[in-house]
Amino acid sequence: MSAMTDNRPTLELTEAQQKARRKRSVALAICLAAFVVIFYAVTVIKLGPDVLNRPL
Amino acid sequence: MALIEDIKASAPRVSEATPRDYFDLLKPRVMSLVVFTALVGLLVAPGAINPFIGAVAILAIAVGAGASGALNMWYDADVDAVMSRTAKRPIPSGRVSRDETLVFGLILSVLSVMTLGLVTNWVAGGLLAFTIFFYAVIYTMWLKRSTPQNIVIGGAAGAFPPMIGWAAITGTLSLESAVLFMIIFLWTPPHFWALALFKLRDYEIAGMPMMPNVVGERATKRQMLVYSVLLAAFAVLPWPLGFAGPVYGVAAILLGANFIRHALAVWHMADGDATMVPAKKLFGFSLTYLFAIFAVLFVETVVMRVLA
Repeated sequence: MSAMTDNRPTLELTEAQQKARRKRSVALAICLAAFVVIFYAVTVIKLGPDVLNRPL
Repeated sequence: MALIEDIKASAPRVSEATPRDYFDLLKPRVMSLVVFTALVGLLVAPGAINPFIGAVAILAIAVGAGASGALNMWYDADVDAVMSRTAKRPIPSGRVSRDETLVFGLILSVLSVMTLGLVTNWVAGGLLAFTIFFYAVIYTMWLKRSTPQNIVIGGAAGAFPPMIGWAAITGTLSLESAVLFMIIFLWTPPHFWALALFKLRDYEIAGMPMMPNVVGERATKRQMLVYSVLLAAFAVLPWPLGFAGPVYGVAAILLGANFIRHALAVWHMADGDATMVPAKKLFGFSLTYLFAIFAVLFVETVVMRVLA
């Protein structure tokens, strides 16, 4: 298989498939962002100022 | 090699599933009851918790319950397809594949248990893990298709959330949280058998051994009445045990009496009565009952805390 001319058939997504994929991507991004924010906030709440209080 | 040929042999499957389909895999209506009862367990337990940590704990319990719902739909896709109540679920309707559902359920299980354990304590985290295991493996894979006692024992999975909420605060299991467990545990059989009575044909077609189509309507109705009486008695216990007040006590007695009245109506219903009006009424009331019991406990506790 040559890397220059790749003639393998590609899949054309229908509009419905593209729309659904976009929605899934957005939902996943929101969930991931929420997960990060939650763990950040929990860390701040649990440790508070102690987060800086460690041997360096 | 086989894998590549498999892919070539069949047309590539491109998902048209929306986030809504994945959300439906979490059984949102069951989840709402889990969120509510877990919240009451968390609130009634002695001790304080940072509100944000409490909210994250409830979220983790909700996602864990949802994950077990997804695992249930993964395993039960074949029977879901033949029952009218469940035929429109994401897998039978072809919107999400079984493999996707399994992975979705497993990932959410791990994340929810890990989150709950880290933000609260590992008694709560362990209890959530056990609940997911109990619902997905003990109930769904083992009991559901093999014994008419399926929902009696499986009901324990639905009864754990208030215990998990309680454990999130105290880090222990206690008599009080066991009473909350018993209320949901004893509530499940009359609730589900009322449904099974008027969905009898569905369960027959699916080959599911539900109580009415194994021991008959008469014996089922008798057992429903017994569970209803036990439920009414257990639901009063938070009052004498001291973690609920007289307002709750009186409400529990009245609600319990009403529950028994509905169960008696089902008991008096003629066998083979196709309209099943009393059974439908009991099913509807059982949902109101459980909500009301926990709502009164919740409101009374909040009011007492504010006044104190």
